[in-house]
Amino acid sequence: MTGTLPTGSLSGAFIALVRRDLLLAFRRRTELLFPVIFLLVVISLFPLGIGPGPQLLARIAPGVIWIAALLATVISLDGLFRSDFEDGTLEQFVISGHPLTLIALAKILTHWLVAGLPIVLLSPLLAVWMNLPSGTLGVMVATLLLGTPVLSLIGSIGVGLTISLKRGGQLLSLLVFPLYVPILIVATAAVMAAADGLPYTQFLGLLVAGLVTSLTLAPFAAAAALKISLS
Amino acid sequence: MSNEKAITTPPRKNALVLFIHKLGSPAYFYTFAGRFIPWFWAIFLVLTAIGMYQAFFVVPADYQQGQSFRIMYLHVPAAWMSMLGYIVMAVFGFIALVWRIRIVEILAISCAPVGAAFTAATLIAGSLWGRPTWGTYWVWDARLTSELVLLFLYLGVIGLYNAIDEPRKAARAACLLALVGAVNLPIIHYSVKWWNTLHQGSSISLLGGSSIDSSMLWPLLIMSIAVKFYFGANLLTRARVRLLEQDLRKGWVRDIVREGR
Repeated sequence: MTGTLPTGSLSGAFIALVRRDLLLAFRRRTELLFPVIFLLVVISLFPLGIGPGPQLLARIAPGVIWIAALLATVISLDGLFRSDFEDGTLEQFVISGHPLTLIALAKILTHWLVAGLPIVLLSPLLAVWMNLPSGTLGVMVATLLLGTPVLSLIGSIGVGLTISLKRGGQLLSLLVFPLYVPILIVATAAVMAAADGLPYTQFLGLLVAGLVTSLTLAPFAAAAALKISLS
Repeated sequence: MSNEKAITTPPRKNALVLFIHKLGSPAYFYTFAGRFIPWFWAIFLVLTAIGMYQAFFVVPADYQQGQSFRIMYLHVPAAWMSMLGYIVMAVFGFIALVWRIRIVEILAISCAPVGAAFTAATLIAGSLWGRPTWGTYWVWDARLTSELVLLFLYLGVIGLYNAIDEPRKAARAACLLALVGAVNLPIIHYSVKWWNTLHQGSSISLLGGSSIDSSMLWPLLIMSIAVKFYFGANLLTRARVRLLEQDLRKGWVRDIVREGR
């Protein structure tokens, strides 16, 4: 493994990998839509289960939208390394000589573009459904924009650990949801503070801190997890 | 000639380093741990007897909470142990991942069920204590909530270990998860604490400002030390059993069976 020299530059490999994965994702467009549809279905269940009272919906809106985003992310996480693991591409990545951390980061980036970004883009619609106060929509979008990459980053560790299991998806949710607790707390607190007319920038600052921390640490942990799974 | 010299004079090793290397051998670890386990159980039993006697018969009833505060002598030591257990597991996990010592992998994995049991005991004792003090079994109190998340973290480690068939791979995956959890644990703890103050104004405190009289404190300290010995005894017993299971067909296990140890 250590003997092989990488062919091509690091950034070249990174860009090629992202491009390939995006292409693969768009070739399977229906699969791409599943997490998004799942998100819409989950959100629509809440007014049905709780009642359409606009005030109650407005109060629970930040929490509901964020929990639905967590669920949709975990649903989509399973596909992060799955096909590459099953057809042996992941092993080729390992022996390519490029650092696995960087490869994991490229996969995480693609996952966010494919599964996280649609949630951010859909959030105005979800906000209307959940009767989110109009002034807080910007904060909601900002928390999702900062928070969903963290979900992909932390989730990648869980996927790396469970990839060799046949039914890893169920275990994955148990592994990652406890780790998502701080993000959920901070993000919903930001939106709720904005709804109450309180300052909320400190919460966004905490989200940025979470993003930076997980961006620097999670790819290493994900690469270590993948190496254990491949051993 | 130089070859012969290298054999006759082995490199001098520090006694401690030598001891640690010896501990890495399953047969040596098995007997070594076996020697400690009865002592750990004995110390645990003696300390628990003293602590429980003090807690139930010597310490006066609390002027506010009456008799129910005596649950504290189980709840608080269990809570401390549940957190310390996770730290111990993560430290073992780190050592196991860096130096790849099989015994340490087994030790790390054996921490998980004991720690999870302490976390569950904390939650159960806490809710039983909550009933007379708060009037309800469950409150989304910061400490109860972070204990609950801790239980989920433990269950994740146990679940991952049991899901992977090959024991060494399973242990290493679980060790990595324990490490990731340990990095997140302070963040989770403080975010939950802060979430609680955010939503509740003033949080309900079990120990009113922790102004606890020293006569009430002593049994608590004795119990918390007793619990550590229980953890150690249970951990070593579990590690020994797991080691035997994994090495069922190896020579050293056969020797032990033959000698009837």
